[in-house]
Amino acid sequence: MVALGRELGASYAFVERNFRAVRRYWGWEVVFLFYSIVNALTVAYIAPGGVLVAGQQFDADRLILFLVVGTVVWAYLNSVFDSVAFMVSWERWEGTIESTFMAPIRRVTFIAGSSAFAVLYSFARAVVILVVVALFFSLDLGAANWVGAFAVLAIGSLGLLGIGIMSASLPLLFLERGSQMTVVVQAALLLVSGVYYPVEVLPDWLEWFSVISPATYVLNAMRDAVLDGVSLLDLLPHFGPLMLITAVTLPLGVWVFGWAERYALRHGRLKRSG
Amino acid sequence: MQPAVSIDHLVKRFDPAGVGGAWRRALGRPLKDPIVALDAINVTVRRGEVYGIVGSNGSGKSTLARVVATLLLPDSGSVQVFGHDVVKDARTVRRFMNRVSVEASFFKKLSPLENLSFTARIYGLPAREAHQRIFEILKRLGIEEKAIRRPMDQMSRGQQQKVAVARALLTSPVLLILDEPTTGLDPRSKRDVQDFIREVRDTHDATVILMTHDMDEAEQLCDRLAVIDKGRILIEDKPAALRREGESLEDAFIRLTGHAVEVDEPDKTAAGGGG
Repeated sequence: MVALGRELGASYAFVERNFRAVRRYWGWEVVFLFYSIVNALTVAYIAPGGVLVAGQQFDADRLILFLVVGTVVWAYLNSVFDSVAFMVSWERWEGTIESTFMAPIRRVTFIAGSSAFAVLYSFARAVVILVVVALFFSLDLGAANWVGAFAVLAIGSLGLLGIGIMSASLPLLFLERGSQMTVVVQAALLLVSGVYYPVEVLPDWLEWFSVISPATYVLNAMRDAVLDGVSLLDLLPHFGPLMLITAVTLPLGVWVFGWAERYALRHGRLKRSG
Repeated sequence: MQPAVSIDHLVKRFDPAGVGGAWRRALGRPLKDPIVALDAINVTVRRGEVYGIVGSNGSGKSTLARVVATLLLPDSGSVQVFGHDVVKDARTVRRFMNRVSVEASFFKKLSPLENLSFTARIYGLPAREAHQRIFEILKRLGIEEKAIRRPMDQMSRGQQQKVAVARALLTSPVLLILDEPTTGLDPRSKRDVQDFIREVRDTHDATVILMTHDMDEAEQLCDRLAVIDKGRILIEDKPAALRREGESLEDAFIRLTGHAVEVDEPDKTAAGGGG
């Protein structure tokens, strides 16, 4: 019990330190947040713009809501993935990777702390984006099932964390290219998960990849919950694949990370020098 | 009495091809010879002593420091720290050991207080006690109170290195590995750090392993010295015993290795094991 408390305290250390780092880099945080808000607005304006371009009437309000849910949820998921996938690169960039990996804590404690920060930080960011975007459009959120939406986000985050943890191990294997590979994974998730369109519009071979992306199920379920106010019970079919993906990716992610760390320790790849 | 550190036939090689080596092997392409960083090293460090390892850049000092510090896995041989194997029992070893490396590794935008508070939490120190100790140690090292709350990127390298020493001491290690702690520091900071190492030796129940290529520093601080060159320990003795009459320690080093010690320069190999 004491050991568990110590590991939890150590996990919290990463949350606290990372939030302190965010505060110190506040200028960049404001700029990135501003960019994310503008990006969300730009995407949402595609809906009314589409009416003019197509020259015929369609339910632009529903499309706006569809796109807003897509951009805000993606802003959240992308930020979670980003924070977790780059946890090793970040430590390496700051030069702290050796002191962090030399600390007498379980590796899962480091991963849990970094993941908890990722979820809290990304959620706060997504809320700000949603609030600002809502000021620009008269979004009809009266029917939204927020409890269902939060449940989806919670379960969906876990599945994405698993993939993020696996991606985080890439820089341990490949000093330079590991981070580049992580960006490729991130881009692939954006393409196949139906962030701005239903995945059915993708070519068959691409649509297949959407099945293994947790973001697909999160986005579908969030749209059901927010656009149509689908009840928690009726959202359950989305939970099955999400829980399955989580059950596979989360333990696999932790295992892969441990394996990659051992590889890095054997080949002297923990620290990037020069 | 059980030694603090016992290193037995330690061997470490690096494959210069890295991950690409596996592809070359699979394709039947010729492989470059591995670099032998540590070649059958045998060292015993007694409890409470300051044990110096002197060598030039690329001699294997930092690689040895990393293996003892559980940051690098050996290819063969063993390293025991207070009877615990650094591979099989790494987490236990980490609990009573700390390391100061040539570069002060911190979140540079955070203050010394924030960086050290993070360390305190990681090591499970109570927040109030940690806060008090952080101020005590940093003030003792000559860091001004207002600087303790300022971002570390506003501090000189010498001050940053003092914070690195403070971080190591905050965790009350019984084994302190100092890997070129004064390399690249201005004379004043160098002297401050060296004074503090002396104080640790005299007042704490700690064993210190000091990797350095500064012969004066080695002679002043170390109870015993080992000369390492090309991954091999050439000789080990008390500093005075390594010198012949009229010889400086640097002369002795040149006589033993056949070359002079290079000037200060941080390690730069891919493995981070330049020394």
